Amino acid sequence: MDFALTDEQRLLQESVGRLFADHYAFGARNRYRQEPEGWSHSMWQRYADLGLLGLPFDESHGGSAGGPVETMIVMEALGRALVLEPYLATVVLAGGLLRLGASDAMRVDLLPKIASGDLILGFAHAERQARYHLSDIAVGARRDGSGYVIDGAKSLVLHGDSANKFVISARLGGGQHDRDGVGLFLVDAAAPGLSTRGYATVDGLRAAELALTGVRVDEGSVIGPPGAAFPLIERAVDMTIAALAAEAVGAMAAMHELTVDYMKTRKQFGVAIGGFQVLQHRAADMLVALEQARSMAMLATMMAPEDDVHERRQAISAAKVQIGRSGRFIGQQAIQIHGGIGMTMEYSVGHYFKRVTAIDTLFGDADYHLGLLAESGGLVAA
Amino acid sequence: MDLRFTPEEIAFRDEVRVFMREALPDAIRAKLIEGRRLVKDDLVVWQRILNTKGWAVPHWPTEWGGTGWSPVQIYLFRDEMQQAPAPEPLPFGVSMVGPVIIAFGNETQKKRYLPSIANLDEWWCQGFSEPGAGSDLASLKTTAKRDGGDYIVNGQKTWTTLAQYADWIFCLVRTDPAAKKQQGISFLLIDMKTPGITVRPIQTIDGGHEVNEVFFDEVRVPAENLVGEENKGWDYAKFLLGNERTGIARIGISKARIRRLKQLAALEQAGGRPLIADERFRCKIAAVEVELKALEMTQLRVVAAERTRNSNKPDPASSILKIKGSEIQQTISELLLEVIGPYALPDPIPHDDGERWNEPPIGPDWAGPLAPQYFNMRKTSIYGGSNEIQKNIIAKAILGL
Ligand SMILES: Cc1cc2nc3c(=O)[nH]c(=O)nc-3n(C[C@H](O)[C@H](O)[C@H](O)COP(=O)(O)OP(=O)(O)OC[C@H]3O[C@@H](n4cnc5c(N)ncnc54)[C@H](O)[C@@H]3O)c2cc1C
Repeated sequence: MDFALTDEQRLLQESVGRLFADHYAFGARNRYRQEPEGWSHSMWQRYADLGLLGLPFDESHGGSAGGPVETMIVMEALGRALVLEPYLATVVLAGGLLRLGASDAMRVDLLPKIASGDLILGFAHAERQARYHLSDIAVGARRDGSGYVIDGAKSLVLHGDSANKFVISARLGGGQHDRDGVGLFLVDAAAPGLSTRGYATVDGLRAAELALTGVRVDEGSVIGPPGAAFPLIERAVDMTIAALAAEAVGAMAAMHELTVDYMKTRKQFGVAIGGFQVLQHRAADMLVALEQARSMAMLATMMAPEDDVHERRQAISAAKVQIGRSGRFIGQQAIQIHGGIGMTMEYSVGHYFKRVTAIDTLFGDADYHLGLLAESGGLVAA
Repeated sequence: MDLRFTPEEIAFRDEVRVFMREALPDAIRAKLIEGRRLVKDDLVVWQRILNTKGWAVPHWPTEWGGTGWSPVQIYLFRDEMQQAPAPEPLPFGVSMVGPVIIAFGNETQKKRYLPSIANLDEWWCQGFSEPGAGSDLASLKTTAKRDGGDYIVNGQKTWTTLAQYADWIFCLVRTDPAAKKQQGISFLLIDMKTPGITVRPIQTIDGGHEVNEVFFDEVRVPAENLVGEENKGWDYAKFLLGNERTGIARIGISKARIRRLKQLAALEQAGGRPLIADERFRCKIAAVEVELKALEMTQLRVVAAERTRNSNKPDPASSILKIKGSEIQQTISELLLEVIGPYALPDPIPHDDGERWNEPPIGPDWAGPLAPQYFNMRKTSIYGGSNEIQKNIIAKAILGL
């Protein structure tokens, strides 16, 4: 058992920390949000230059073969800086699907482009009726000659309005909720029949709704085993949840620090409010919640590559529960302790609060995962 | 001890209920049910409907438009109005400055201000808080210096709710800089059109424009706008804040929101069945219903006690109502957020102050306002004396600690 980072991992941590300290102050973030796509292309290039965009990919694919711990380090830094760029969507989620499931030809073609910053990807999976149920897929793909034709609508595609290509899940067979019968397809954003409607999300990031009418894909665009791609989706989503847990920890840590700093400087009744014991205890409770979340983000990171699906899913669900609960508590209390200032757009703490709120709704909220965990027998054997 | 309302009280409640059903414009009711923002006109329209009926200011003395109702009737009226759901009358006039003018103002002031408050012909805002004076309100720094027949006001107020619409602001100002904190403060009525006043909007995390900064630069205010005696403003403010806390439990509003919650949980599908069919979710709703029922009983006990109390001071139990009332509102907003699940994500902020997008919404059309409302509800444990401050009051005034 060893929780320590290697020298190389510490170096990575320092360099991303420095990158965001230098280029991602709250004011800079507000400017990046005003850019045409709602995030910064120049930052994206910096990520590429630092090797962050190829982090999880093989060296032969322009990457550095980093593992979940490396992703955790980067995601935590992203969370601290409230980063707007499509890192999760492109590198972790869609990039993860390609890395784990695409043909060699496709990987050789696409992964280096991600790593160099030239390709933005979106994963079009969620659907209006599905709520948090991962296998609820109504979008259909039917065989047509040597390829497929896809019809239906996808929803809440993270950074979907910036994507050059989409990985789209569609049903080749089975009932709407079945794990069997699911396929994954790579589709160009400019493909005939595909239309995208982008919008801002409550955390200041972006997403899109996708409408697909008779979108044609050829055999070479299939990712993973056609009709049996669901386990691949599950793996990529579990890795993404682990990454989100790390991001949430970064955001929680930032909120906690802001709050403790504020307690030291804000004066009422002639003293710093940090002198009031009730607020001291609250800040201590926030730290407890933060450390519990950090521990579970580490658990999720270590379990994300686990092949035993049952064990992996349990750990991931447990982490998502903890992240959701800690995030809510820390976010609410950070605002409370800031008083009126905490309620304003001009101040950063509310934006962190909204990001952790958004993270809870991604890939199943705390309540949903609590249900999954309970149904699967819980963590302590009876 | 008897839980039941008298037949007269029940008849009264039914009369109010029918009125709310018939008189409240559907468009306003729909906005409140859906959680969309009201615009200025919604409040004005509703206040005038109430005033025409003679119900604009039930709690005021009858000579100024009050209804002479018992505390129980006032409670029932408020509860029915909140459950309708109808807009809450703008508190700054009818619940704050109005009662202060009635209790401490002179006849000229009563005649000048009270009728236009009741009819919302003039919009008031509350200028108490300052950047450096929030919980510690008495440390406020805005000054008013006597200059002949005027005061000259300099300083800054902040968090001023809906000042962008205001015709008047009532302010706590420091008139005696030498006196001890609470003793040099006066209560001044200031016309927002006076030269030297600047209003700057503050956007809140839900995207709304609800609060403002108000700057005073050499603002000349006629001395006749002083309420009561100079340097007695703190007493009037305490009187006012006590009133604010009783109204703050918002039990009727919480009932209406729970109704909405159940309605949406029946519409929202989760795994092929409505979310309301999930026992875990139903238990969460039931738990907050229990809290709300307990609060309602507590509120009724406070109301009943009002009949026999002969003190002019607010009941310190009102702090209990503030704490629990705000927590319950926040919990309900969390459950509404959970109902819409992934569709909490799209940002519905409209660009035209309160109205819908022209485009169709993302996800279910009921989802839009609920995430912003969850963010916005965090204010309820901060304003009106934060919940920490309420607990300090309980510790001191009730427990003697
Ligand atoms: C949406 C909104 C609308 C408002 N509308 C108005 C308005 O119309 N007019 C107006 O005058 N004001 C208004 N306010 C201001 C409101 O009354 C203040 O925000 C409130 O009094 C808290 O002051 P503050 O924000 O300066 O926080 P602070 O007083 O700085 O408090 C920061 C934190 O410290 C805690 N704290 C402070 N003192 C103590 C203590 N002794 N013991 C323990 N904890 C303590 C507080 O509870 C809080 O958690 C509004 C505020 C909001 C958020």
